[in-house]
Amino acid sequence: MSDKNWEPKIVAFVCNWCTYTGADLAGTSRLKYPTNVKLIRVMCSGGIDPVFILKAFERGADGILVSGCHPNDCHYNAGNFHARRRWTFFDELLEYLGVEKGRLQFSWVSASEGKKFVDVVSKVVNDVKEMGPFKSYDELNSEFMTKFPDMPEIDKNMIIKEEEAV
Amino acid sequence: MKVGYFPGCSQTGTAKEYDISLRKVVEKLGTSFDEIKDWTCCGATSAHVTNHMLASALAMRNIMLAEQQGLDDIVAPCAACYNRLVVSQHETMTQPALKTEVEAVLDTKLNKEIKVMNLIELFQKIGKEKISENKTFDIKNIKAACYYGCLLVRPSSITHFDDAEQPSSMEELVELAGAKTVDWNYKVECCGAAHTLARRDIVLDLSKKIIDDARDHGANVLVVACPMCHSNLDMRQRAMKRAYPGHKEFPVLFLTELLGLALGMKEKELGIDKHTIEFNYKELAAEKAAV
Amino acid sequence: MKIGVFICHCGENIGRTVDCPRVSKACQWLPGVEVSLDYKYMCSDPGQNMIKDEIRKKKLDAIVVGSCSPHMHEKTFRKAAVDAGINPFLVEIANLREHCSWVHDDIDAATDKAIDLVRMAVEKVKRNQPLTTIEVPVTKRTLVIGGGIAGIQAALDVANAGYEVVLVEKEPSIGGHMSQLSETFPTLDCSQCILTPRMVEVYQHPKIKLMTYSEVEKVEGFIGNFTVTIRKKARHIDESKCTGCGLCTTKCPVKKKAFNSFEENLAYRPAVYVPFPQAVPNIPVIDETVCTYYKTGKCQMCVKVCGREAISFDQQDTLVTEEIGAIIVATGYKLYNIEKKPEGSMIKGYGEYGYGKYKDVVDGLQFERIASASGPTSGEFKRPSDGKEPKKIVFIQCVGSRDDSKGFSYCSKICCMYTAKHAMLYKHKVHDGEAYVFYMDIRSGGKMYEEFVRRAIEEDGVKYIRGRVSKITEKNGKYIVKGEDTLASMPIEIDADMVVLATAMIAQTEASELAQTIGIPYDKYGFYNEAHPKLRPIESTTGGVFLAGACQSPKDIPESVAMASAAAAKAMVLFGSDKLEREPVVAKVNELFCAGCFLCKKVCPYGAVEVKEMKDRNGVVYKEIAYVNEGLCQGCGTCTASCPSKSIELAGFNNEEVFAQIAAL
Repeated sequence: MSDKNWEPKIVAFVCNWCTYTGADLAGTSRLKYPTNVKLIRVMCSGGIDPVFILKAFERGADGILVSGCHPNDCHYNAGNFHARRRWTFFDELLEYLGVEKGRLQFSWVSASEGKKFVDVVSKVVNDVKEMGPFKSYDELNSEFMTKFPDMPEIDKNMIIKEEEAV
Repeated sequence: MKVGYFPGCSQTGTAKEYDISLRKVVEKLGTSFDEIKDWTCCGATSAHVTNHMLASALAMRNIMLAEQQGLDDIVAPCAACYNRLVVSQHETMTQPALKTEVEAVLDTKLNKEIKVMNLIELFQKIGKEKISENKTFDIKNIKAACYYGCLLVRPSSITHFDDAEQPSSMEELVELAGAKTVDWNYKVECCGAAHTLARRDIVLDLSKKIIDDARDHGANVLVVACPMCHSNLDMRQRAMKRAYPGHKEFPVLFLTELLGLALGMKEKELGIDKHTIEFNYKELAAEKAAV
Repeated sequence: MKIGVFICHCGENIGRTVDCPRVSKACQWLPGVEVSLDYKYMCSDPGQNMIKDEIRKKKLDAIVVGSCSPHMHEKTFRKAAVDAGINPFLVEIANLREHCSWVHDDIDAATDKAIDLVRMAVEKVKRNQPLTTIEVPVTKRTLVIGGGIAGIQAALDVANAGYEVVLVEKEPSIGGHMSQLSETFPTLDCSQCILTPRMVEVYQHPKIKLMTYSEVEKVEGFIGNFTVTIRKKARHIDESKCTGCGLCTTKCPVKKKAFNSFEENLAYRPAVYVPFPQAVPNIPVIDETVCTYYKTGKCQMCVKVCGREAISFDQQDTLVTEEIGAIIVATGYKLYNIEKKPEGSMIKGYGEYGYGKYKDVVDGLQFERIASASGPTSGEFKRPSDGKEPKKIVFIQCVGSRDDSKGFSYCSKICCMYTAKHAMLYKHKVHDGEAYVFYMDIRSGGKMYEEFVRRAIEEDGVKYIRGRVSKITEKNGKYIVKGEDTLASMPIEIDADMVVLATAMIAQTEASELAQTIGIPYDKYGFYNEAHPKLRPIESTTGGVFLAGACQSPKDIPESVAMASAAAAKAMVLFGSDKLEREPVVAKVNELFCAGCFLCKKVCPYGAVEVKEMKDRNGVVYKEIAYVNEGLCQGCGTCTASCPSKSIELAGFNNEEVFAQIAAL
């Protein structure tokens, strides 16, 4: 990347019981990881809405980590299974939208895996550093448009007129 | 079926008969060898204790040649070659820094992992059932003590071959060939090959223990899959007699020689007459009948 | 809205890498922040008073504390806020210690991150809703899983306090491993003699419902309100009719088909059997897998001899549900078995010690049975292979323990002691025998423990050799033990008649499955995790589930008993009040927007989403919508992520709150 001092912004959505506690353990064990990562705590990985991810990218996140308890270890029995299924689809969808694979990463980190948390976080930071800053959705959109030069521009005024007519 | 072949130095010298018998047996079982062209030392001799880089590069050069020759798997009949190749490949492929260095030395890129097989894995690939199918000569009077030695099964985390402490895959092949096997204690013990030149007393002691234990457990033949083991156990028996008066000669066969006998080949064809300790199946059978 | 920000230095723990004054100054200018201060120890009394004073003085609506993990002190600060008159859920914690100062080195970068973390918390707290805690009733009954010494002790303690107990044991009898031991260290008193009265006490206790040969199948609900389904396996004996005369077991013609697992496979048992003579309850079980009747439809010898008509071949498993308030898990351990390499186990097996090959190489529990007066040899030392008295025994410690390459990293804790005991018992009975012990270190911490080991060495003449054994081979009926004496720096060979391996204590085979059933975490070895390694060693992280004994980590008898009593006390603490306060982190439905698709109902793991009919003023149903039963909802939020119209939200973690955090990035 051209800007050598650029540091990626990474958001991690983590569940309260496993990964957040695992991150606590990383702290208690005085393990070190880059400062780029900020954690947002939710109760369960099953409660992480895809909209959170979209919003975070919109607000300038360059990479996102979603992490919960290992399969079968969910505090709520099945929340992480819902999450796993959701992210399998959502990952593909994001790629379809033009967001590179690897910007959004998933992992299972249990409360006893402080070291794993550090490894996962460091990997995300490194991967995203290599990819460079996240382009805004607008940029992605215009990139898409260049692939279809014949596509007519949408006349926003026209839409408004139509709405008024209705 | 074609399999890549890395003979190694022993096959061309002290263990010529191993090479001869291996080629014959493999041919009989319907497989042919594609020898790695311009193969060199595997690095198993002094290289791996003196210069790690050299040992890795020597081994990886042969793997590189195999890759360039379009081979997917190669067999290294010598246990020391097998071990060196497998371990070097594992280290090189899992340590990026080492890989870069080795690639610089070899002036090439290493892309593919080649499956390196030992002798037993080769027969497992060819198909164990082929041995019993092609069997033409009854060798039921052989009671074999299968000796794996130290290099065939270790380190198990890298070789992923059999149980490192209680292996049984060679016994399976020997029994399919029609011989009997014995359960004994020294299957994976050291024969002292590393000290073969410097401390002969150690070699004699260790090798004698192996032979004695095999005999104590009712075996009449030792079966090996390593030229180092063979030279120690076979060639050293004369010195053993001098050091331990009363030592009785005990025949040591390569696994391929035993299979060759079962497939109907004669001792001379297989190069068994090159051994220090004589072995003749008819004599063995007669001896057994006399007892 | 007026927000107060309080940054804690945590002595030097935060202050060393985060410039706390800079953080508090920077936060002063955040919109909505009325006051921003930093202090050395926010959780101390002066720190808390400072928060309370500021709340009262500045009339704050909400506070953000930048301190350690919310798992540590969230409760402390919430309490302080309540004291000062604001709702506890208008307190947010920014984790500046575990997630910032402890994991970063660069002061500038860490301080910047700390400011961001506080900012995110400020944005969240602005949108937090005041919530009130939910009260739920408490069922004052305890489920104890496992009928070993820990389970027995826990059950008796709770029952003696006057609360009902359901004790579930998967084997036909309670007693556990302790009932198999011959003598116990360091007093050498007979294990059965001290255990049996306790077992009988359990059986006769009016408050204890004993369910042997049963397993926990399902656990639903939450602290104070569990519904537990227990599978009562078919004994094929009518328990109400059986008098325990034992005639069926002696007359059963199946003699040598099934190994006696109580005797650690050193003896056989019939198809209808009682595990051991002192079993509680003394009611036999028919083993379907070996019973002739189940194979051929004939025999029925037991039916013929039973005068009470108690044999019931067609008995089926039954499922029993119990309402439970607290669960004590006391499932114990098993010994790593050297007979064969365990399937899928982390242990790679000790082929060099001849697993399954040499009959006279036994493990610790097998030796207990050989030494036991009620064992297969009636307490005489005899080799399993030929019944001869061994004149030389080698004991090897740490087989599977403290071994990264082949076994487990942990120390099994009891082996040093029981090996000393074994050697002593042997020397006491075989006076001309020799006992050798190969050890790595002697770990004999405990009251009278070190003295016990010294006694074995000095008075009974047990020979201790520091070093590992590399191989055991067999020659002419002797076992050649090859090892190293590291103190003498010499290889050593001993021709022993018998070898005893002190194999590792490992988690029960189904430990992880049970943990998943109950919903408690376990470590990589399968031992159950305590809530805090030092300060909450009895509780699991799941409310209302307590741990006792070796299911948590290897333990000896006194420790297991102490832990069991502690778990019982914890359960009784729970029963001390009639109502339980629960965090109000539950899902809520926006009735206006809910379209009634019931996706939330499908994904809810607790069945907490119900259908509610919306009626107009004439009583006509105009739509059906989702409704969350607060008693059942555990607050995972899976429903919120699945709702297409975002009309179900998790209190305390609603979309607006999370979006605010994201926006503050």
